[in-house]
Amino acid sequence: MSVLYVMVPVALLLAGGAVLAFIRAARSGQYDDLETPAHRMLWPDDEGVGRDKGSGA
Amino acid sequence: MSIAAAHPRLGAERAGSAAAVSCTHCGLVVPAGLVREGSAEQFCCHGCEAAYAVIHSCGLQEYYRLLESTGGEGAPARGTRRAYAEFDDATFQALYCTPAAGGLMSVELLLEGVHCTACVWLVEKLPRVAPGVVEARLDIRRAAVTVVWDPSRVALSRAVRALDTLGYPAHPARGVEARSARRAEDRRMMVRAALAGACAGNIMLLYFALYAGMFEGIERGFEQMFRWVAMGLNTLCLAWPGMVFARSAVAALRTRTVHLDVPIALGLYLGGAWGIWKTVSGGSGAEGIYFDSISTLVFFLLVGRLLQQRQQRSAADALELLFSLTPAVARRVGGDGSVTDVPTEAVKAGDLVEVRPGESVPVDGVIERGSTSLDASMLSGESRPVRAGEGERVAAGVVNLSSAVRVRAEATGEGTRIGRLMKMVEEASRRRAAIVRLADWWGKWLLWALLGLSAVTLGVWWHLGARVAIDRAVALLIATCPCGLGLATPLAMPVAIGRAARRGILVKGGDALQTLSGPGKEGGTVVLDKTGTITMGRLSVVRWCGDERAKALVAALEGCSSHPAALALARDLAAEGQGSLEVEGVVRHAGREGAGIEGVVDGRRVVAGTRSLMSRRGVEVGAEMDRRGREALGDALSPVYCAVDGRCVAVAMMGDPVRPEAAGAVAQIRARGWAVRVLSGDQPDVVEAVARAVGIEPEDCRAGVSPEEKLEAVRAMASRGRAVMVGDGVNDAAALAAATVGVAVRGGAEASLAAADVSLSREGLGPVVELLEGARRTMRAIHWTIATSLGYNVAAASLSVAGLISPLLAAIIMPASSFTVVAICLRTGAFRGRVREEARP
Repeated sequence: MSVLYVMVPVALLLAGGAVLAFIRAARSGQYDDLETPAHRMLWPDDEGVGRDKGSGA
Repeated sequence: MSIAAAHPRLGAERAGSAAAVSCTHCGLVVPAGLVREGSAEQFCCHGCEAAYAVIHSCGLQEYYRLLESTGGEGAPARGTRRAYAEFDDATFQALYCTPAAGGLMSVELLLEGVHCTACVWLVEKLPRVAPGVVEARLDIRRAAVTVVWDPSRVALSRAVRALDTLGYPAHPARGVEARSARRAEDRRMMVRAALAGACAGNIMLLYFALYAGMFEGIERGFEQMFRWVAMGLNTLCLAWPGMVFARSAVAALRTRTVHLDVPIALGLYLGGAWGIWKTVSGGSGAEGIYFDSISTLVFFLLVGRLLQQRQQRSAADALELLFSLTPAVARRVGGDGSVTDVPTEAVKAGDLVEVRPGESVPVDGVIERGSTSLDASMLSGESRPVRAGEGERVAAGVVNLSSAVRVRAEATGEGTRIGRLMKMVEEASRRRAAIVRLADWWGKWLLWALLGLSAVTLGVWWHLGARVAIDRAVALLIATCPCGLGLATPLAMPVAIGRAARRGILVKGGDALQTLSGPGKEGGTVVLDKTGTITMGRLSVVRWCGDERAKALVAALEGCSSHPAALALARDLAAEGQGSLEVEGVVRHAGREGAGIEGVVDGRRVVAGTRSLMSRRGVEVGAEMDRRGREALGDALSPVYCAVDGRCVAVAMMGDPVRPEAAGAVAQIRARGWAVRVLSGDQPDVVEAVARAVGIEPEDCRAGVSPEEKLEAVRAMASRGRAVMVGDGVNDAAALAAATVGVAVRGGAEASLAAADVSLSREGLGPVVELLEGARRTMRAIHWTIATSLGYNVAAASLSVAGLISPLLAAIIMPASSFTVVAICLRTGAFRGRVREEARP
């Protein structure tokens, strides 16, 4: 059971990684608008959000 | 794909009735004068026609299918035909646009008219409508679209004109810096809650082992490791996320006030410090250290705070559109005739400004040179263009449509009508923020109770040694931490508001729900508008007595106004060829001295309106016509006297049926303790007849009120007690803002929707009753949650003083109280049930 002395720090590192990922996601604005994505789900499948790849529509 | 919808404000009807033509774009009835023979497509207004054309030319017909499948209601496209030329100005772009990667530019615009899923889809298809736009992303809650475009391929004004044509007039979102600061703060709060959650979760895992060890035995080495790691995580939790409470408590103490954060911070940090001492000085099992409770407390309280912050944001966001309605730049004409661009704030009363077609008027003033047609839909809800010439007044925010005019400024900035409206709304929101939050009030008592109890505990257990006594006192502080109290309101409000939204009741702030829950100690009044609220709003001409030939003239004249009475007259009196009649010199009258409209139709002077207007304008009214008019009043109909060339030739009698559910609704509102009053601009006899039909005494009605009188009356009521104003928003924006809670029915002017605290998207008084009931239940749920969490706290305190508390017990009690609070909030009966479509008559 002495493996616990290794496992606990490793588990903490993993948790820390998860927190860092969340921080990055929050700072990039993913959680700013929580309502409109629910509406986008209802649309029929097409090219997605009207992103124009520069080719002109 | 006819989307039939009844629209109270425009007096439109279901398109099922015989011979009624529905607009191909929005589904409302096309006024008889605009029906085009032999054409497959019909439109109710230019806006719809333009929007339809664009949608089809870009292949976006999916919009109509989406509208139907998501159950959205069609609404007329409110394009303003503005030119938006100032959007290409260098100063504008410096103020509002930010550069994006790859040479692109990005701007955030607030849109009018966004109300459903299909709108989001349509707006985000902007790249197809205006090639050169790379992306358009809409936030439906704030009605704000972020447009990313390539300046080398398309000008911003072109992109925005496309949005306008589709029916979404745009305004720049001001306060870019304030907004990004708020956004950063929101993100920081989320990060704090996440970190607290991670710490709490991991500490709980470690404690699991420690608690098991209490019963089964645990190896010393592991035990110490778990204790130290838990201590480390807890210190991290208190040092970063938990500092919110420490800072708030210190700030409160500095100003010698006490709110809920002070006992919270006390419990958290004293408990944390003592825990560190106990861990460092050795000890066994989980005894004396409460890290799991502390970190979970931090997590729950931060979540509560996050919810509260979000809710306050959405209340503030709703005001953003209101504040963006006036232009930022004005064109001042100097003494020598030169025209310079100045910021609107720099214009003073007495200055002369030039307003070109396609621009918004920046100030309140009088037209000094030129005549044009204006679009005042944003302020007054009138979507038809209004002609205005020299000597006539214009208001700030109105769009100039046809020709350039010079306006002498009379009121600027906060003195303009819309400026005063914005100021009222701002003051109202500040007033509301000062309402003491229920839970905070408890904070004061809690602190003294805690300090007192701690002293008692120390005293009682001192004889067993200082360590034991302090142990018990610290345990008391932690176990009685007001976790449930901090969660109660932040949880209950968003749940109630979310549920209400699904029933078509959009509440902008939790404070509105608090006010609406009951009349309160000072007493409350619900003020109702007559037309459209108590009545169907579907005015129609019931009888016409007099010269038949006058019908066409009156119909042509009334076609120039979008007052509900005018629309009905124009619709019901219309005949062929009426559209070709020349109408000029239209003047609208309102107020007690006489209301109506006059103008020159086909070369003849036509006046249509109330009896007092006839006298005021020197029209001869024969005895016969007078008698007919009085007859009408006896039948609870509104008579409209029609005069041609100075002589009254006919009387049109208009009726507006009372809603069937109105009487019952009024009784229900009264049953909840509210007084009910009616304020209406219509004539006294009609108003009293309608009021009697729904059970309101004549002395509770005021008729013939102008918008200014309405504002004064509502203000007086609001200062004496709680005043809830229910109106359809046309010309009511100021009164709605002045009321304690303003309830606007959707379909009104944009400014009114922004000024009101609640907007209803279903018609009639039924939603008003639902709103009051839902508010009452929500406040009751909040009171229950506060009582429950206090109950838990009292139980925990008793156990602590008796020395029976332990970390395990605390770890059970505290989440139990939180979960009970959550359960109560979710199980509240507020705004429950599915919306059953009432049968439309």
